[in-house]
Amino acid sequence: MLEIRELHKSYPIGGSSLHVLKGINLSVKDGEMVAIMGSSGSGKSTLLNIIGMLDEADSGEYILDDLPIKDLTEKKAAVYRNKFLGFIFQSFNLINYKTALENVALPLYYQGVNRKERQQQAMFHLGKVGLTDWAKHLPKELSGGQNQRVAIARALAANPKLLLADEPTGALDTKTSYEIMEFIQQLNDEGKTILMVTHEEDIANMCKRIVRLRDGVIMEDKKVTQVRAEHYV
Amino acid sequence: MIKFLLEKDTWQEVFDSLSKNKLRSILTMVGVWWGILLLISLLGSSRGIENNFNRMFENYATNSLFLSGGNTSMPFKGYQEGRKIKLNLDDAKKIKENVEGVEYVLPSHQLQITLSRKSLSASFIGKGEFPFNDVLAKKDLLWGRYINQTDIDEHKKVIVISEDVYKQLFEKDENPIGKIVYGENLGFTVIGVYKVVNFGGPQIDVDIPFTTSQQIFGRGNTIDWMTITGYENFDINQIDADVKLLLKNIHSIHPDDNRGLFGFNLGDRFDQITGFLTGMQFLTWFVGIATLIAGVFAIGGILLISVKERTKEIGVRRALGATPFLIKRQIIIESIAISLIAGFLGIISGGLILMLVNKTLGIGEDAFMRNPSVSIAIVFFALLIVITLGTLIGLIPAFKATSVKPIDALREE
Repeated sequence: MLEIRELHKSYPIGGSSLHVLKGINLSVKDGEMVAIMGSSGSGKSTLLNIIGMLDEADSGEYILDDLPIKDLTEKKAAVYRNKFLGFIFQSFNLINYKTALENVALPLYYQGVNRKERQQQAMFHLGKVGLTDWAKHLPKELSGGQNQRVAIARALAANPKLLLADEPTGALDTKTSYEIMEFIQQLNDEGKTILMVTHEEDIANMCKRIVRLRDGVIMEDKKVTQVRAEHYV
Repeated sequence: MIKFLLEKDTWQEVFDSLSKNKLRSILTMVGVWWGILLLISLLGSSRGIENNFNRMFENYATNSLFLSGGNTSMPFKGYQEGRKIKLNLDDAKKIKENVEGVEYVLPSHQLQITLSRKSLSASFIGKGEFPFNDVLAKKDLLWGRYINQTDIDEHKKVIVISEDVYKQLFEKDENPIGKIVYGENLGFTVIGVYKVVNFGGPQIDVDIPFTTSQQIFGRGNTIDWMTITGYENFDINQIDADVKLLLKNIHSIHPDDNRGLFGFNLGDRFDQITGFLTGMQFLTWFVGIATLIAGVFAIGGILLISVKERTKEIGVRRALGATPFLIKRQIIIESIAISLIAGFLGIISGGLILMLVNKTLGIGEDAFMRNPSVSIAIVFFALLIVITLGTLIGLIPAFKATSVKPIDALREE
């Protein structure tokens, strides 16, 4: 599914440059659920951004589903993101003047799906996260947990190969966090490949594999026994 | 592209983002709305004024000139300067026969006459005229008729008076036709009352038959004024020059003496007014379009701020798969939509203003403008300008929106 070899990335800071990723090697198979952990500055977000094609590596290889991701134009990156990837952000990043349904339908709009079809699919995905009754509500009328569920539905809407979550529970209380994790685990159970950045041990333990980063290199990469979130809810 | 413009989604997106911030959208529109409003109402008004001038001139042969004798200012052929030139009926005949392009020559007397009726009396400037005067300078008659050929043939003591004379000598709403007024110790029968339109020279308030004034004032062959009209395809200025040359020759006036003959031509006046109207229209276009440009720039500025505010939203959209082209297109469409809505509002309110102006200023005989209006072509042209400028100015925020990398846009708080 995902193959990363000798990935390097540095950012210019003033006159010098900051070497953030120093040769990352990572391989993720279909149906895996991986937590990327590390303190701030360890490079975990940068890695996720590169995988998400929001940022580009300086050197190294990145192959997604047998497709080498290299020298992307903005347009191509946008098309790939739309086709292959679903994003879940810490701060939800819903569009505040659009209803839950419209937010979920947005990736489909950019895929060129017609309006009726879009609404149907969006409604289906909202149903999966249990928010059918909230379809016509604006983000500000929903709780944090509900908003993140809308965001998950939106990430699923385009039926991506890979789901990328950047601290998906970072803005939520523990109980809500576990609810969200329950959804994400369900998606994984259904076969979705999931990559998640987090710095919370309990959340990471709900994945099937933990990759620890420190100072731009992978310190540890181990499979873990998944803790099911439903036990806590 | 056409399909895209017809899709509901496109406009839904525009509507969403505009209605999200109503105050900002409205303020953005004010500039363009005002520009179009100015353009439409000013162009309409100047058209109204033009219509009024055209109406005034439609009663006149515009290719005509008026001529009278003056006082010479140069000695010539043994004559001293300061000699009074008196035109006569033979001059009129010679002009008609010799000057190319002359259609009619109409002689007239100018007279000072004191009219009295009952205990009222007043002094007026009048003219001894032929019926044909009513053809060259159509009288706007309030009552009765103008002088006719029988009046001329029979030297009738009849009189056509201006509205001013009527007001001074008659009671309000009194029918003056057939009433007698006295002048030069003679009784004149009033046959008509007209409205004065003056393009220069003294105001003429009284018209009597030419033959009658010839007799009463003992004028013999002499005349004071000639109205000369040219055929349509002849230049009135050339006729003017030719006539003056001929008369200077006949009356032994120095060729360079410009005071021996006095006259003005209507073509000149007409050109002056037309020029003034053209200038006014030019000014209107200039002001209107300048205001429009300022308005569209305001739209660009506010969209730029709006794009800055929406950096994160745009980042999210791009993360979800919006290509830079789609983002740019959306912002340009927004710019055009704002411009167009503002433009339409401007056209509608401009139209309402013109209707109001027409109701208040365009009614009645003395109105200085008539039927102020703009043509559909002008409306379309104005909208075309708005769309073009809206598109061009939309490019700036559009490129600004996609100049930020999505990763940076998402980090924005």
